[in-house]
Amino acid sequence: MSARIFIPLDSAAVALGADDVAQAMAREALARGIALTITRTGSHGMHWLEPLVEVETPTGRTAYGPVKAADVPGLFDAKFLGGGKHGLSVGRVDDHPFIKPQTRLTFARCGRIDPLSIADYRAAGGLKGLAQALKLGPDAILAAVTASGLRGRGGAGFPTGIKWKTVKDAKAGQKYVVCNADEGDSGTFSDRMIMEGDPLAVIEGMVIAGIATGATKGFIYIRSEYPIAVGIMTRAIQHAREARLLGASVMDSPHAFDMEVRVGAGAYVCGEETSLLESLEGRRGQVRAKPPLPAHHGLFGKPTAVNNVISLASVPAILANGADTYKSLGTGRSLGTIPIQLAGNVKHAGLYEAPFGMTLGQIVMDIGGGTASGRPVRAVQVGGPLGAYFPPNLFDTPFDYEAFSAKDGLIGHAGVVVFDDTVDMLRQARFAMEFCAIESCGKCTPCRIGSVRGQEVIDRILKGIEVDAQIALLEDLCSTMKLGSLCALGGFVPYPVLSALTHFPEDFRARPRSLADVA
Amino acid sequence: MPATAWDETRAQAIIDAHKATDGAALPVLHALQAAFGFIADRAIEMVADTLNLSRAEVHGVVSFYHDFRRAPAGAHVLKLCRSEACQAVGADKLAAEVRGALNVDWHETTADGRITLEPVFCLGLCSCAPSAMFDGRPIGRADAKGLTALAQEKPMSGKA
Ligand SMILES: Cc1cc2nc3c(=O)[nH]c(=O)nc-3n(C[C@H](O)[C@H](O)[C@H](O)COP(=O)(O)O)c2cc1C
Ligand code: SF4
Ligand code: FES
Repeated sequence: MSARIFIPLDSAAVALGADDVAQAMAREALARGIALTITRTGSHGMHWLEPLVEVETPTGRTAYGPVKAADVPGLFDAKFLGGGKHGLSVGRVDDHPFIKPQTRLTFARCGRIDPLSIADYRAAGGLKGLAQALKLGPDAILAAVTASGLRGRGGAGFPTGIKWKTVKDAKAGQKYVVCNADEGDSGTFSDRMIMEGDPLAVIEGMVIAGIATGATKGFIYIRSEYPIAVGIMTRAIQHAREARLLGASVMDSPHAFDMEVRVGAGAYVCGEETSLLESLEGRRGQVRAKPPLPAHHGLFGKPTAVNNVISLASVPAILANGADTYKSLGTGRSLGTIPIQLAGNVKHAGLYEAPFGMTLGQIVMDIGGGTASGRPVRAVQVGGPLGAYFPPNLFDTPFDYEAFSAKDGLIGHAGVVVFDDTVDMLRQARFAMEFCAIESCGKCTPCRIGSVRGQEVIDRILKGIEVDAQIALLEDLCSTMKLGSLCALGGFVPYPVLSALTHFPEDFRARPRSLADVA
Repeated sequence: MPATAWDETRAQAIIDAHKATDGAALPVLHALQAAFGFIADRAIEMVADTLNLSRAEVHGVVSFYHDFRRAPAGAHVLKLCRSEACQAVGADKLAAEVRGALNVDWHETTADGRITLEPVFCLGLCSCAPSAMFDGRPIGRADAKGLTALAQEKPMSGKA
């Protein structure tokens, strides 16, 4: 009998032992004389169940998790290769209450296919968007992407179709597409997951962007903290080149497009698009003043479309299924689906793709299942280190760009980080300032100096020194940073700081404490 | 590949292999650091000369990015995530315990030269926090006991 199992190669699964499990499976099968094929896939996004092992059975795949290497002999004893019952049985992934209600467009294939198999990719609906794009031509692609309502998933929410049109309309011999895979926001990992689980979707999106804008060269700038994603993207690009999805004649069309991976070097600010371009050009990642926009004057001075990984990876499905299908999902001006990333102290941590519009409470309590510690939720930070902290009394806020901004928050890259009632919000405010000080590119004073001042002021509040005066100073400082910073690093740090102050004022007036006390 | 001793011929070959690349500085510096473990003064001079940049410019690039080191690290590098999702499940406490157990602060190397401890701001493992990375290998739901055991069982030389 020859059996086939699927084990994720996703970093989160590997971090929880997936490589050890794969080795143990191979060893055990060999010892038992069973022919076993192990396919490494992306993750389905149920990270509390990782490593999640799926077995191919005549009635479809059935899953077991979280599997440790030590569980492997027991799984064989329970005849898991035939779908046998075991304490770790999860059943069919598609029927799982975390997966079933999702609307998986961008992540449709992640966890299901061999990420490096072009045949698997095509069989699962890949390359339909590109084929459609080649049929439509640049103007109709732009019209479709604009009509879909897709907004940049990197944080700013700028309409992708409009950005692409600006690049297309710019006159230049050379244009570029740059995929921003710097994903520095705490609590986010959707870019990583798609690069590891369905890298061809990112490539397909980039090729379509190239055709639409007239760019023939692409770069994907991946943060160095993602070595597994760097490896998979690099190999996927080679496969795509061999299959003529990249090269002088994309899918035998007159369009040329090729791309390469570049690796960051541990600077958060390089996720900011102009800093990223400086870094790609081989310089310090110092932010450029805008205008000129990268769409006019970007990489090496040429018109450049800079887009987030998820923005680009969403485009193939938009073209394949039509703009109307995409824009029929979502709410207000936040259309389509968003891969929400649940992290921190939450029971069901992972990735959940759904149309915009669910409330924050539904996301944290119903989908996330509340805290992992079992204690009450006290705060939820949405949108990374520059995002606001929301208390449970704002749980009715719908997940939508405008609704969050109306509550002095932001969606950012859609990371949702949950904290229980042991969190000290003054320390969280201090961390926001500390992070800004460490990661500031140094170009503007309010960010570079203000963040250091912010830490000092908060340290005095922690010690209980002249608290009222220091709080007033902190508010002042935040407004200077908001108004006087060139980019959103310095400009948005006031979101976490002031939201902590607004929603959790009691932590600013609690007993004096030292930074060194860790609960 | 484990870092090896400085070798000027090899360094020049590495720089030359990338010099035709647009925006070569980061790829070159990454390759040099992968080969030799850090960016030596002499490497900065050679990169500057080959890429037609001033030494100050190359120095500026090296110093801007957290990844590049100007001195060798210990035999192994342990990175601990300090960001919010990890904080929410005890990263501060974990870091304090690991610093105590290894008797080092951030950016320091243990007295026996075995481990360099570094902070990192998010490894994208926020759903299995607190997270760490040991010689490039991701670790989820890290605990002090496991990390110190891992740090101590590794041999003195040669990256895992
Ligand atoms: C400090 C800072 C960090 C950022 N980090 C990222 C990032 O890691 N990934 C990303 O896609 N966008 C990031 N952005 C947003 C980018 O500047 C830019 O808006 C985005 O890449 C555009 O792509 P999109 O329109 O597809 O979202 C960051 C912005 C700032 C100010
Ligand atoms: S706000 Fe900070 S990171 Fe942004 S440009 Fe100014 S100094 Fe640089
Ligand atoms: S916050 Fe620690 S891995 Fe993302």
